[in-house]
Amino acid sequence: MAVKRKKKRLKLPGQKTSVFLNGRLIGFHESGPSLARELREKRRAGTITHEMNVHYNRGTDEVYINTDSGRARRPYIVVEDGKSKLIPSLIEQLKTGELSWSKLVKLGVIEYLDAEEEEGAYVALTEPELLPAHTHLEIDPVSICGVTVSVLPYPEYNSSPRITMACSMAKQSLGTYTVNFNLRTDSRGHIMYYPQQPLVRTRPYKILKFAERAAGQNFVVAITSMQGYNMGDAIVMNRSAVDRGLGRSVFYKTYEAEERRYPGGQKDKFEIPAVTTQGYREEKAYRHLGEDGIIVPESRVSTKDVLVGKTSPPRFLEEMSVFGVMEEKKRENSLAMKSGEEGTVDSVMITDSLSGNRLVKVRMRSIKIPEAGDKFASRHGQKGVLGLLLPQEDMPFTKDGIVPDIIINPHAIPSRMTVGHLLETLGAKAACLSGKFADGTAFHGDKEEEFKAVLRENGFEEYGEEILYDGVTGVQIKSKIYIGVTYYQRLHHLVSNKMHVRSRGPVQLLTHQPTEGRAREGGLRFGEMERDCLIGYGASMLLRERLLEESDRTYELVCDKCGSIAIKDHIKNREYCPLCDSTSLHYVEMSYAFKLLLDEIKSLHIFPRLLMRDKAR
Amino acid sequence: MATKVKREIDVGEAVGILAAQSIGEPGTQMTMRTFHYAGVAEQVPTGLPRLIELVDAKKEPKKPLMDIYLSPEYAKDPKKARTIADDLECTILSQVAEISEDFVEKKIDIVLDEKNLEFEGLTVEDVKKTIKAAGGTVTSSGNRVAVKPNTTSLRLIRRLTNKLKGMHLKGVEKIKRAAIIEAKDGIFIRTYGSNIAEVMKDPRVDAKRVFTNDVKEVERVLGIEAARNTIIRETKQVLDLQGLNVDVRHIMLLADAMCMDGAVKSVGRHGLSGEKAGVLARAAFEETIKHLITAAVKADDDKLIGVTENIIVGQTVPVGTGTVRLKFKH
Repeated sequence: MAVKRKKKRLKLPGQKTSVFLNGRLIGFHESGPSLARELREKRRAGTITHEMNVHYNRGTDEVYINTDSGRARRPYIVVEDGKSKLIPSLIEQLKTGELSWSKLVKLGVIEYLDAEEEEGAYVALTEPELLPAHTHLEIDPVSICGVTVSVLPYPEYNSSPRITMACSMAKQSLGTYTVNFNLRTDSRGHIMYYPQQPLVRTRPYKILKFAERAAGQNFVVAITSMQGYNMGDAIVMNRSAVDRGLGRSVFYKTYEAEERRYPGGQKDKFEIPAVTTQGYREEKAYRHLGEDGIIVPESRVSTKDVLVGKTSPPRFLEEMSVFGVMEEKKRENSLAMKSGEEGTVDSVMITDSLSGNRLVKVRMRSIKIPEAGDKFASRHGQKGVLGLLLPQEDMPFTKDGIVPDIIINPHAIPSRMTVGHLLETLGAKAACLSGKFADGTAFHGDKEEEFKAVLRENGFEEYGEEILYDGVTGVQIKSKIYIGVTYYQRLHHLVSNKMHVRSRGPVQLLTHQPTEGRAREGGLRFGEMERDCLIGYGASMLLRERLLEESDRTYELVCDKCGSIAIKDHIKNREYCPLCDSTSLHYVEMSYAFKLLLDEIKSLHIFPRLLMRDKAR
Repeated sequence: MATKVKREIDVGEAVGILAAQSIGEPGTQMTMRTFHYAGVAEQVPTGLPRLIELVDAKKEPKKPLMDIYLSPEYAKDPKKARTIADDLECTILSQVAEISEDFVEKKIDIVLDEKNLEFEGLTVEDVKKTIKAAGGTVTSSGNRVAVKPNTTSLRLIRRLTNKLKGMHLKGVEKIKRAAIIEAKDGIFIRTYGSNIAEVMKDPRVDAKRVFTNDVKEVERVLGIEAARNTIIRETKQVLDLQGLNVDVRHIMLLADAMCMDGAVKSVGRHGLSGEKAGVLARAAFEETIKHLITAAVKADDDKLIGVTENIIVGQTVPVGTGTVRLKFKH
């Protein structure tokens, strides 16, 4: 049995502290803490480089000194005796420009800690809470957040799981992911039409210059139910606003074709394939191609249209023809649009690939207008799918004639506790009225009271609620409705890129069962549990239809005598059993997967026989 | 009569699947809830872990428990009930004595703890008598007892020590703890550890109302019918405790299937599913190759009776609408 080792390391009398430099033992010291303290003082005084970090581990009585590259470090304000070293006079000097950041580091006012030294530091979040025991002070409380969280408004008002979700969704938002998108050939890319910077920003948002490549728009949001079309996180959107360009984006997709070389000196060729080519598609498919077999820019193409006509040499060398001259049989190998996709050819590029072959890149462009099923999210983990596009005239309106862009369901709020969402709505509404951006930086954003005051001054309800009128009847809606402005992101989960249906379609070569997945125009699996349901219901015939007739039904010849699968020789037009030569055979309906199972069992050296009898006796 | 007809099951109803789904569907919710209780110490398994235990027909439950109801005379008075509980609780030697081996002298030293003995209602003399029964030459002075084994083999000495440690001094074997629970329908004793055969012998106990959660023990002592009832009772209890409303008849079917051939079988590879009639059905479940090869060696036929086999082959399933067959008479 394993013996539990005591964690505490025994220190023998006279034993010295081990000192490690960059992970390597370099010697021993009388007193670890004083060594660490001394090194730290020298670093702050500038005698030792500020890139050095020390850590004294009390548990193991070891000192770690790190100076190597690749350590993640972050700055802190140095605290001594409970007092920040960044004193007001220094701040003044900073403002006038007499001092710089690097100077502060040199002065030992600010120092960078690595992960190891940070382990032994006691960091205060704000200056008022400084205690004598503190060793460092955070430069700004927001800096405890990463890049993604720091651009979210009012995260401290939200529940933590929602912040996590908001972060992961912000990464899926459509915007301007790069400014030179027009010069690039990304395999997929979304660019938003009219991106806006949010009315409620954060300080890091400005520092990151996020506004220059914004990913979202300020929507007028009303929080109320809407004919049941925004149940369960659905969103009702103003169709007229969508027509005016709300949430609109372009989708770029790049296709590639290469003239490959094959062993034996043969090569692919870009051309419009001749009608004699093996696997020639219908003529219509090639209609957009230019003389060189490459598509003409700005042509509108739809499903299965050819983008680059390409022919390849045959896969197997053909036998010499009688006349001694081999007629070149070519194989059609064109690049075509994937099924269900359409768009306009944005640009065509012809270059060389790494292996020196001719390479064509075709960039497709299609405009993606918000439609039912597209996904939108605020910056508070409040995501939803577009459920209904309602014309402006049918949307509720306020006394000022303001019509919401989207209507979200109030049930989305209480259980998720995203108070920040409501606060942002209020803040952005106030920002609209005052003409000043609101600040939603974590821990010290603008306060609710300030927004209320602005709203009051401008003759609005200070709680952000307004009386709305039914767009269809014009009747005043009985309760007040929370309405304001919220920054919404369109996420790259668009129905048009996901929608998939199949009635008939391709089957797999091996099993004769329908293929799987949208890309292969596949079927939807009727799985084990679905099967159980039909059995449980007793729908025997329906089950057989699903699993056999609509899937991989075959008719196999079975030998009466030996019970093995027989064959039909189409050339001699003769049916016989290859095992026992019997001609007493019957066609049996079975699933192809079962036939395959029999074959596999045979490969185990087990001989399965099918014993038959008449169905009705 | 009308209700009776209504409640009858139709011919060809897929009762097995229905039972499985009816227990399984609420079971999924149970998983989500019980694992939140993780970390609560000393708990009798409930919820999914217990359900798995029952269905797997484990030899002994993780926490064997007994609920013992008392004869009318004792059922009203907690003090009297307490005496029974104390009598039931079993004491072993290691609980009241310090036992150490002396390999140099080749003997075993036992120091009895008189305080503990008194608490258990035992005397030093009682214990000495029991120790003597274990074998070896016993010498004693006061609360110190030395056992000199008849052998010098170290291994045998160790064996004797272990035997001594587990020596049963009083109470009913296996019953580690007994508590009195006052319920609405009288007092009963709940014990940790289960031994119905012995407990039922006690005349102060209402022998008809001695319950245990150990299915295998019930099967051993009272027979398969009682075991079936125990499975039903325990399963129902697990589901009720979670607030899941499952018709008993589904559970009864499960218990019937498990007890069908006179011995409690588990649901799974080693029990029910492993003994299905069809070769293909067994091969489709687990250990495919094993079943195929044994079937080949024995030249087994698959009569295509079950559901799974017929799905594999691509025929209608003999359930529901599939039960109807056409018959021709020449």
